Amino acid sequence: MTGEMILTRNFARSDAHTLRAYLETGGYRAWAKAQAMEPTAILEEVKRSNLRGLGGAGFPTGTKWSFIPKSHAGPVYLVINADEGEPGTFKDRYLLERDPHALIEGMLIAARAIRSATAFVYVRGEYVEPWRRFSSAVQEAYAAQYLGHGFDIVVHRGAGAYICGEETGLISSLEGKKGWPKLKPPFPAIKGAFGAPTIVNNVETICHVPHIVNRGAAWFAALGTKTQGGTRMYSVSGRVARPGVYEAPVSITLRQLIYERAGGVTGNGRLKAVVPGGSSAAILTADEIDVTMDVDGLKNAGTMAGSAGVIVMDETVSIPEALMVVARFYAHESCGQCTPCRESTGWIYKITHRIVEGRGRKEDLDTILDVAKRGAGTTICAFYDGAVGPYISYIEKFRGEFEAMVLK
Amino acid sequence: MPRLTVNGKQIEVPAGTNLIEAARHAGVEVPHYCYHPSLSIAGQCRLCMVDIEKAPRPTIACNTVAADGMVVLTETDRVRETRKSIMEFHLINHPLDCPVCDQAGECWLQIYYMQHGLYDPRMTDEKVHKPKAVPLGPHVILDAERCILCSRCVRFCDEITGTGELGIFERGDHSEIGLFPGTELDNKYSGNVVDICPVGALTDRDFRFQVRVWYLETAKSVCAGCARGCNIEVHVNRRRPHHAEGRRVARLKPRVNADVNQWWICDAGRYGFGFVDDNDRLLAPTRREGGTSSDATWDEAIGAVAAALRRLSPDEVGVIASPRMANEDLFALRRLLDICAVRRVGAQVPPRVPGDEDHILIRADKNPNSLGAELMGLGGDARPVLDAARARQLKCLWIFGHDLMASRWPEAEVLEALRAVETIVFTGTNANRTSERAHWVLPAAAWVERDGTYTNFEGRVQRFRQAVEPLGQALAEWEMLDRVLAALGEAPSATRAEHWFRRLATVVPAFAGLSYQALGDTGRLVAGSVAARAPR
Ligand SMILES: Cc1cc2nc3c(=O)[nH]c(=O)nc-3n(C[C@H](O)[C@H](O)[C@H](O)COP(=O)(O)O)c2cc1C
Ligand code: SF4
Ligand code: SF4
Ligand code: SF4
Repeated sequence: MTGEMILTRNFARSDAHTLRAYLETGGYRAWAKAQAMEPTAILEEVKRSNLRGLGGAGFPTGTKWSFIPKSHAGPVYLVINADEGEPGTFKDRYLLERDPHALIEGMLIAARAIRSATAFVYVRGEYVEPWRRFSSAVQEAYAAQYLGHGFDIVVHRGAGAYICGEETGLISSLEGKKGWPKLKPPFPAIKGAFGAPTIVNNVETICHVPHIVNRGAAWFAALGTKTQGGTRMYSVSGRVARPGVYEAPVSITLRQLIYERAGGVTGNGRLKAVVPGGSSAAILTADEIDVTMDVDGLKNAGTMAGSAGVIVMDETVSIPEALMVVARFYAHESCGQCTPCRESTGWIYKITHRIVEGRGRKEDLDTILDVAKRGAGTTICAFYDGAVGPYISYIEKFRGEFEAMVLK
Repeated sequence: MPRLTVNGKQIEVPAGTNLIEAARHAGVEVPHYCYHPSLSIAGQCRLCMVDIEKAPRPTIACNTVAADGMVVLTETDRVRETRKSIMEFHLINHPLDCPVCDQAGECWLQIYYMQHGLYDPRMTDEKVHKPKAVPLGPHVILDAERCILCSRCVRFCDEITGTGELGIFERGDHSEIGLFPGTELDNKYSGNVVDICPVGALTDRDFRFQVRVWYLETAKSVCAGCARGCNIEVHVNRRRPHHAEGRRVARLKPRVNADVNQWWICDAGRYGFGFVDDNDRLLAPTRREGGTSSDATWDEAIGAVAAALRRLSPDEVGVIASPRMANEDLFALRRLLDICAVRRVGAQVPPRVPGDEDHILIRADKNPNSLGAELMGLGGDARPVLDAARARQLKCLWIFGHDLMASRWPEAEVLEALRAVETIVFTGTNANRTSERAHWVLPAAAWVERDGTYTNFEGRVQRFRQAVEPLGQALAEWEMLDRVLAALGEAPSATRAEHWFRRLATVVPAFAGLSYQALGDTGRLVAGSVAARAPR
């Protein structure tokens, strides 16, 4: 199952990031078509395509766009989330580096659908080359008059905080404040960047839009499952023969992805566990990989599609150590705004660290589980639930391994 | 006006009310740390979780607006468990140093732990360490380990004073309150952050370690620092007189009055009570003859003043009253002046430096009762009285409170006047360069040592209540005036300040219908005044 390449179709061309190459491969035709469409027609098309957000939450994109108040008079903003901070995820950088005009064209169309005249692209601070490539593409698009006539793009660089990928943390940061997520309600579509209705979408989500306009919602929907259309880009890392980004229909199974696309498991060659959707997704055991990689398929399997960052672990990997590494990440990246997350991410990291150092105690495992379950769902943003995913699943699914360590 | 039920009780609240306030309407307290009614909603502490019927899990009450038909439950098992967990989270890295913490006894971590926590602590790992005892400014000191990062102090400086000195720096469990580089917490309202800090993270440099809060007694009062008349509580220490070097007034705290000061007071008012227990308090009536002063009895002092008033013609007597006197004092004085037909009277003495003023609370007029003096017909300029003295027209000059030597009047002119008068009577709380030159000094009780009322600049008459006994033999001005009146043959009329207020309410039209009972805790406007809206 290889399927048609859509987002990555031009990646092989070394000049794919230039306007000339983009035009040669049919670029900006969708924008020409969209200009003849009513904004609501674009929105309906995207809704029918079953495009779902590819940044992490998997929210239906057309539905999100429809939350912008119809009667709103002031500015509406489109914000592109290019912060790509989720551990195990590295797809958006390819899109920015290798097909930046696809994002610009998608933004033009999306902005028309939500009646926005200004967009911000928030680029992860460490992404220097992607930022350069994308900024040059924006300059080209201005020179070629795609931009500047009723639609402007502002490129903004982040400063290296994972929480600035959370959409309201991103908005705070964009506004010049500390990257603290905002209380919801109000949701960004009602009151977002600078107080104006705002749509935040992931890079990859928006890169799909020109194709939907060109080839129709029905075509796009048919690529995927009943509840999610299209393909998506899976970042596969860890103990596989060919780590990298693979585009596949969302109906691909995790087994196919690992063995047919990424070349199978390395290390000792025996699969132990897989994290299917970035570090915040619950871990799956080797027996649980016959799942489809769409939003609902993974949800039904008790984990999540998240950012489609697939982290493969072979049997030589220590799960307690892996949890410690993940716990350190969440302790380090918690923005510190709300109490359960601020206080318990650090505590849980200390406990996992102690366990790995051989100073664990029997009750530690239940303490982590209890603390994580009590904290889940009580915080300002989804960061903490993302941390709870690994805390609980690593221990529950590999309890024996942890117990062997704490009882030693 | 949405109607909803809170714990089964049906209530109706104004549109836009959040569930913490709605619950309050129903007499239900929802525990919380970061929410403060006059600050923006932060939703950070996560303690105010309540159950809303049909919601999948508890929600924070502070950021949920009451809606018609809502069914709110604040005491379900699920809510109780959540609260307990949130309390545990708050205390994971807390140093638990209550025995040496000045907040102990009025700390919301202690209170809520006892009410909603009571779990067995499980945190056995090393806690995060942060700076302790960091002075933030002239009045406030920070213990970052005790801070629960509710951000109230930050929001106060951003939203109320607009000075923005404070921020939360770092991330995760290393987050910490601090000053932006190059700033100091020295705005004119800095002390308020101590009041709104729910824990012992921000304490008062002035008050800390002076006396444990459980030894304090409180009285409702009004600040005498300017014409705003902020509502305050006076906290006094009578039970541990060996603490705080014997100073009885321990601190002043704001008392909520939505129409006057909301939740706040300024630092000048908050820290301006030191004179009450200072060494220069006037403790007994004194007589000065030649160069020497000697203590006298009240009978001698009152007798001497009454004799002068009886002996002299009205034009030979001048009075400089004070807009710092209470309405009761001023009315008693009014009565005395009427009886003696004294007309040379004024109250306004220009301060050496003009008072500062802002758009929050602080008024340029640093007197608490200028409007009261005016309504009593005693609010005039005192300059003509001074000039009459300088022109040797006065034989007796009675000065209430003012230190004329510290006024904007040229010192030489003041000296000239004081030297030209045969009998100078000074009434006040503390010695000053004017009292030193008086022939009779009548010691007055400070405002925290007596009852009375002030009329603020908007015309709001507000009560202040006695918190401690007068020092030495000091008397409230109305009391000494009462005695002078008695010596002049008036039937004694008052044993309490309230008696004078009753008389005043029947005589001065603006006060018609007012009584101590009607004034209550938050005061009432005099007739005819149109109060401006309260400050923000
Ligand atoms: C802690 C956290 C980090 C996130 N980081 C990213 C990110 O780096 N990039 C991204 O697109 N979405 C990220 N998200 C998801 C965004 O909040 C948001 O759902 C997404 O950008 C919406 O775009 P989409 O609907 O196109 O997926 C993150 C969410 C959380 C809770
Ligand atoms: S859940 Fe964590 S990251 Fe999100 S707002 Fe709270 S402290 Fe910040
Ligand atoms: S210092 Fe006090 S008021 Fe400020 S954030 Fe900490 S606990 Fe809250
Ligand atoms: S504003 Fe005036 S009345 Fe209020 S506390 Fe300050 S000095 Fe006192």
